[in-house]
Amino acid sequence: MVRNQWEHRALTRMLAKGRAGLAALAALAPGMAFARLEYDLQPPVTPIAQQMYDLNVYIFWICVIIFCAVFGVMFYSIFKHRKSVGHKAVQFHENTTVEIIWTVIPFLILLGMAWPATKTILAMRDTSASDITIKVTGYQWKWGYDYIQDGFGFYSNLSTPLAQIENREKKGDNYLLEVDQPMVVPIGAKVRILVTAGDVLHSWSVPAFGVKQDAIPGFVRDTWFKAEKVGTYRGQCSELCGKEHGFMPVVVEVKSKEDYAAWVAVQKTKVAAAADDPSKVWTVADLTAKGAEIYAANCVACHQANGKGVPGAFPALDGSKIVTGPLPAQIALVLAGKPGTAMPAWKQLSNADIAAVITYTRNSWGNHTGEAVQPAQVVAARKEQ
Amino acid sequence: MSAIPHDHAVGHAADHHDDHGHHPTGIMRWITTTNHKDIGTLYLLFSLTMFFVGGCMALTIRAELFQPGLQIVHPEFFNSLTTLHGLIMIFGAIMPAAVGFANWQVPLMIGAPDMAFARMNNWSFWLLPPAALMLVGSFFVPGGAAAGGWTLYPPLSVQAGMGMDLTIFAVHIMGASSIMGSINIITTILNMRAPGMTMMKMPLFVWTWLITAYLLIAVMPVLAGSVTMLLTDRHFGTSFFNAAGGGDPVLFQHVFWFFGHPEVYIMILPSFGIVSQIIPTFARKPLFGYASMVYAVASIAILSFIVWAHHMFTVGMPAAGLLFFMYATMLIAVPTGVKVFNWLATMWKGSMTFETPMLFAIGFLFLFTMGGFTGLVLALTPIDIQLQDTYYVVAHFHYVLVAGSLFAFFGGAYYWLPKWTGTMYNEKLGQWHFWCSMIFFNITFFPMHFLGVAGMPRRIPDYAQQFADWNMVATVGAFGFGLSQLIFVVALIKCIRGDGVKAPAKPWEGADTLEWTVPSPAPYHTFETPPVVQ
Repeated sequence: MVRNQWEHRALTRMLAKGRAGLAALAALAPGMAFARLEYDLQPPVTPIAQQMYDLNVYIFWICVIIFCAVFGVMFYSIFKHRKSVGHKAVQFHENTTVEIIWTVIPFLILLGMAWPATKTILAMRDTSASDITIKVTGYQWKWGYDYIQDGFGFYSNLSTPLAQIENREKKGDNYLLEVDQPMVVPIGAKVRILVTAGDVLHSWSVPAFGVKQDAIPGFVRDTWFKAEKVGTYRGQCSELCGKEHGFMPVVVEVKSKEDYAAWVAVQKTKVAAAADDPSKVWTVADLTAKGAEIYAANCVACHQANGKGVPGAFPALDGSKIVTGPLPAQIALVLAGKPGTAMPAWKQLSNADIAAVITYTRNSWGNHTGEAVQPAQVVAARKEQ
Repeated sequence: MSAIPHDHAVGHAADHHDDHGHHPTGIMRWITTTNHKDIGTLYLLFSLTMFFVGGCMALTIRAELFQPGLQIVHPEFFNSLTTLHGLIMIFGAIMPAAVGFANWQVPLMIGAPDMAFARMNNWSFWLLPPAALMLVGSFFVPGGAAAGGWTLYPPLSVQAGMGMDLTIFAVHIMGASSIMGSINIITTILNMRAPGMTMMKMPLFVWTWLITAYLLIAVMPVLAGSVTMLLTDRHFGTSFFNAAGGGDPVLFQHVFWFFGHPEVYIMILPSFGIVSQIIPTFARKPLFGYASMVYAVASIAILSFIVWAHHMFTVGMPAAGLLFFMYATMLIAVPTGVKVFNWLATMWKGSMTFETPMLFAIGFLFLFTMGGFTGLVLALTPIDIQLQDTYYVVAHFHYVLVAGSLFAFFGGAYYWLPKWTGTMYNEKLGQWHFWCSMIFFNITFFPMHFLGVAGMPRRIPDYAQQFADWNMVATVGAFGFGLSQLIFVVALIKCIRGDGVKAPAKPWEGADTLEWTVPSPAPYHTFETPPVVQ
């Protein structure tokens, strides 16, 4: 059985190489030389992704054979049965036997394709008996990861600097595929992913795992993977989710069991440290400094670094009536969002984070309220909601 | 059923040119016209205009994607461009072109004097320009044009500005236009065929349009319903697609694709019809399996109603749903294969010549079949999970819509231009147009297969470094393809101005349908006395 599987893999690898050769030929045809030509699925690291890969190679070769047969006939006919070589038209038409033959044969070929695909679908949808469950939430425009069993969670934002995107700096190797905090999973564990969204549709996708699951606001969908190789794997949001759709990558690090356990321990201590005392009184300077970070991670995509927003689409905060007006209204708006607009609810942020980011907006650009918002005020506002 | 009220004496009607005297001239001729040939021309010229408008959007998209990084447009505007490129090409270019062909050719091919409802025909066309203005004009309203993709998925489309409302109304208007056009075509085909032309003697183009018209009537109201729900969710507090109010965003996708998949066949079936006219003509032998071609088109149309969720394999359906939609989708390959084999068998042992219409028909056959292969790959759910929403899908649907529908329409245009204008098109220009289109099309879209399997998502304005090379190739190809289409404009203008060889009534040796029995250019009124078909 094992031997069979290896033979099978060797065969598909050989076939895949043949395909790469064909693709390379196609690429060389225009006489251009490229440094890096990508023309294949990413190397699979889960059993399901491996099955998808093999299925793709298998179907590819069936298509190549049909292609050669069908167009062999067509081009033979084009070269031989033309008027310019003096071929006279033979006036035959209608033949039921032929029609039946070319209906039945494709049908049988389809059965041969459907069989392996069906097996993969059944395996792919079986999310039972998982070792770890992680909830993934898509937001405009970042991913949230919640380790449900271990009680911690974090956001994962694009970490490629704006200067690279705007061509002011040289682009890094993982341009647009790097995040500040990746999702981490242990090797060999069946990880069940619960996918949902906070605002609009997103899609969580890691090609090397063979996973792509739409994130639907208000509903939880599940999928799973079992990574068999330590490493960092990258994907991207795969459902149009607005302006920054191209800028919310998925990065997953697969660690050994020991490294994973150590990482979980660190995360848990961070949670304990972050559970800040809501009665602590902060200074304006401390709040503004912390708020700038929160703003850069969460707000800047719409409201922009200069606080001017995008006219017609996202309102300005600089000089805004809400930001310079009464404080309770702004706290309530940040906590609850503004239904029917792109402004989501931010109640998942900590009290200190919300206090800091509001302080930042009230004391930046042309806004000079001088007010410090304390976490205790946010706690009070939460109670009113 | 006599279509045009005619108060001429029978003897007088023989001199068709007299009729012009009773028509308004100049712009009013076109605004008030009820003549199927005038309206066909309007449809085709409108569609060509929108083809270039949508094409300019495509070129802006490709220019932005020439290199990684943001260079030319902002991400939000980029999303508007992809959205409007799709909507304009589908509803403004491909569908009106198909109706234009039907207006010109259906009456001529079945020996009818005009369309059944001549005034409604005028109205179906004149609804389109306002709709197009709303679509293009939406770029200039606060918040910009719709940017949620041509599929308008909520909740993103609920967030959008008033550009989305303009899009929704434009879709309503274009849907109404399509339904009226379809009613007209169905009535014309069922009631106005020349004596002796039984259903199974109709040219295949007429058959494909009859089936297309039924598909349109079945699904355009579904689209109208889904965008109306979107409108009420946006403005009137309903929650069809909002989970917080008891709705479901995925409901929209089900309803939309129940329209959307038959829509795919609405765009391709008339092309099948055109190719089925061209290949027998230039192979100088009859279509191999006429009856099985008709049955294949009908089966494709019926199957198109039960495959919609293959556009949604990643929304998280149960395994049974995935299996059903995968099997049903794969089944479509059977009747499609039957069509391809029949075209090949028609060519086999023919006496072929390769004028421009035949070149486009063969280009269609070759590239559409490639699009069919990638369609089969995408039908297999496990592979689709990897390829859904990547450039592979973009490559697939451009192979079937550009190299499929559009190439067939170009073939049809060259085939019938002598009949429409009375002047033969310039064969050299036609050949240049074909070969440039063929080569640049493949340079543009073939690399997108590679981008897709390597994992590049669609609808992104900027991309990771490993996608850079193929994107550059695709952009170069796209500009070549765009410029190649200007050759067609030159060839068309030469025909319209009569700059070329005068066309005989039947310029193609192997053609045998009724339109070739009337002079070229086709007189303003034809078949006032129906021909008798043996």
